[in-house]
Amino acid sequence: MRRILLACLLAWALPATAAETPKRGGTLTYMIPADAPPSFDGHREVTFATVHSVAPFYSVLIRINPMNPSSPDDFVCDLCTEMPKPIDAGKTWTFKIRDGVKWHDGTPLTAADVAASWNSIVYPAPGVLSARASIYSMIDTITAPDASTVVFKLKFATEAFLPALADAYAFVYKAETLAKDPHWYEKNILGSGPFKFTTYELGQSISGVRNPDYYLKGLPYLDGFVGIYAPKESTRVEAIRGNRAALEFRGLPPSAEQQLRKGAEDKIAVQTSDWNCVNNMTINHKRKPFDDVRVRRALALAIDQWKGAPALAKVTNIKTVGGIVFPGSPLAATKEELQKIAGFWPDIEKSRTEARRLLKEAGAENLSFELVVRNVDQPYKYTANWVIDEWSKIGVKVNQKVVPTGPWFEAMRGGTFDVVSESACQSLVNPILDVQKFLPTNVSPQNYNQYEDPKQVELYEKLLHETDPAKVRADMRAFEDYTLDTAAHTLILVWWYRIVPYQSYVKGWKISPSHFLNQDLGAVWLDQ
Amino acid sequence: MYQYIIKRVLLTIPTLFGAAALVFLLMRLIPGDICLVRLGGGGASFDPKALIACHAEIGVDRPMIVQFLDFIWGICRFDFGTSMWSGKPVSTEILARLPISLEIALLATSVAVSIAIPLGAISALKQNTWIDVFVRIFAIGGIATPSFWLGIVSVLLVLDITGWATGTPWMPPIDYVPIWKDPIRNLEMAILPAITVGYRYAAVSMRMTRSAMLEVMREDYIRTARAKGLINKIIINRHALKNALLPVVTLIGIEFAFLIGGLVVTEQVFNLNGVGRLFVQAVQNQDYTLTQALVMLTVAIFVFTNLVVDLLYGWLDPRIRFA
Repeated sequence: MRRILLACLLAWALPATAAETPKRGGTLTYMIPADAPPSFDGHREVTFATVHSVAPFYSVLIRINPMNPSSPDDFVCDLCTEMPKPIDAGKTWTFKIRDGVKWHDGTPLTAADVAASWNSIVYPAPGVLSARASIYSMIDTITAPDASTVVFKLKFATEAFLPALADAYAFVYKAETLAKDPHWYEKNILGSGPFKFTTYELGQSISGVRNPDYYLKGLPYLDGFVGIYAPKESTRVEAIRGNRAALEFRGLPPSAEQQLRKGAEDKIAVQTSDWNCVNNMTINHKRKPFDDVRVRRALALAIDQWKGAPALAKVTNIKTVGGIVFPGSPLAATKEELQKIAGFWPDIEKSRTEARRLLKEAGAENLSFELVVRNVDQPYKYTANWVIDEWSKIGVKVNQKVVPTGPWFEAMRGGTFDVVSESACQSLVNPILDVQKFLPTNVSPQNYNQYEDPKQVELYEKLLHETDPAKVRADMRAFEDYTLDTAAHTLILVWWYRIVPYQSYVKGWKISPSHFLNQDLGAVWLDQ
Repeated sequence: MYQYIIKRVLLTIPTLFGAAALVFLLMRLIPGDICLVRLGGGGASFDPKALIACHAEIGVDRPMIVQFLDFIWGICRFDFGTSMWSGKPVSTEILARLPISLEIALLATSVAVSIAIPLGAISALKQNTWIDVFVRIFAIGGIATPSFWLGIVSVLLVLDITGWATGTPWMPPIDYVPIWKDPIRNLEMAILPAITVGYRYAAVSMRMTRSAMLEVMREDYIRTARAKGLINKIIINRHALKNALLPVVTLIGIEFAFLIGGLVVTEQVFNLNGVGRLFVQAVQNQDYTLTQALVMLTVAIFVFTNLVVDLLYGWLDPRIRFA
């Protein structure tokens, strides 16, 4: 009986495997769900629009495995030959660079280019913007002792280093060009990736063609690609339906997925993933009564995340209940661990009773305040409406103020708010660096909660410098408990959920927990 | 005549400077920071030093008065500077978007004029008949229906109808190709927005044509023409319609100028990379230089269109003389 079952399974599986043999050729048209990026320079930009526009033109030193991008720690070489083992107690990492890699202008790429690019990221020249330089605080020097070797020497060993090195924006640029003009890559493109740049129609589209000299033999499969900027969601959904574009890589809400699949189940495929973006409510500690931890805890305790998440998942891009760490990470809290933290208790009645008691004890029984919300539907407005309703259940009255992005930032920076609905969207899953956002404002200016807390910094420093995975996890729990429960500095809400519906003839692309990752299109092919 | 034109052109200078000063101040009254929107808009972390470098790079860390004088000096030299967002010359940013906006504006105007004037005139001539009622309902429908909604519905209809008829839904292209490169693809993209915008535009113009015609048809000179025994066709075409067109031409002029930079939502719906969409991006990104330049462009277009309309008055009504 087992043999018959096995035979049936094989019979079902084999044709599928045969059908999955990649085909060469064709041009992939996809949409970039944003306006055109400010520049093409990945080192200086933060918007995903830059990655979705130019990642196919560039190589990186290491990256998340494109065949297994859901994994938070499956790193593979792109320009290097093999993943190195660190020496010097984890403080020296030596990478060997592939031979025969060519820039798109035909000149050879060497270790000097890799070192120059990384030096430009970590130690930008005066007047040059490097958006993520601060996350590389562990790096001391980057050198290229010979044409095929790059050495990273660290100030201290940390588990955060390798994921940070796999950053999707860390494109390798030509050393000679960077030396002549460090701003050159803002308006020009010259890489060594699977595709060569062909045209950029200002503000409208970008396109590339296959790089015949690509160092990963046999790749890419596509003849070329066209990326069209389309910020409006309805346009993108219609364009996929009308096959003007095969997909967009960022993610669409559930309603769009349903709309696309309706009557076209055979033509539309869908990939989903937890998303390394989290909603949070930023509370202004400088304003009374939010300087009182009891009030902040009460706000957390009022929210029923376990019940709210599945309901919200039907209409928005959010789904998974999690703590301060991306739910798919080995460093994330288990459900049992999470349920001990304020705001995640399994018994909501008990939780709300405690919330009311805390408000009464703090003299804030009739609490009312203003919630500043960014004028973006997904997921800010949805999340805001939900929490306002939840807070009303403990007698808290909230006035919602919806503002455009500029004034929203201004309110947060200037501290002219009570509570703000915010989100933190990170690239590669690297919890040790991702949680930096929640460090005190004097350490992390992007934490707009407006407080100082040496104890929290101390907990983080311990976590950052720990290299034993088990101890790192324990340190992360201590940091999370302190941040969300003991001090209730911020409110972490439901994590985002990525839904990418696409024309089913697109093959070879795998979804990851971040829309910044796996965008070089090298393995993508068209089954048509 | 020439003196009049020179006088009008000279009058545009203080108008443009007034607009420049106003937009400069208003933009800076909006709370926000372009660098913060750029670095933090996506929710990702960034280096605080990058924020300082960004401020220095685009010059917003300079005193306001220095920025203002710089801007005014730039206008005097017809140099609107570079976009704070993209670092590209503002002229490059605008010129890349102008062809599509101009094309849609021209097509929409053609649609509007070809519908509004004949239907408006017929409606007036057939006052209180079923034709008049039909035309008025058609016009009210056009005014009441937002262009963006009509745009979305028209695309969905095209998708549904082609999907039902052929099994494969079809929609117009979402990327612009100049008409001289691929006329068919260009028109495929432009025709739906032109019709949806043109419908509202036609509705407004149609009502204006109708009311103007009704008024003119009651004038003494029309009665005189009839008394003289002129045939109805000549009375309508030569005497009535020509005079009735004066307010319609004004309206068409204003609408045309509006369409160049005002198709904000329609351009979003059809993914048109035009001036209206650029306007939205510039304001959202708090790109001061680009917004200032776009406002100046819009003011210039309005001033120029008004001048053209005024000159057309003389042709339409010889009693009007420019002194």
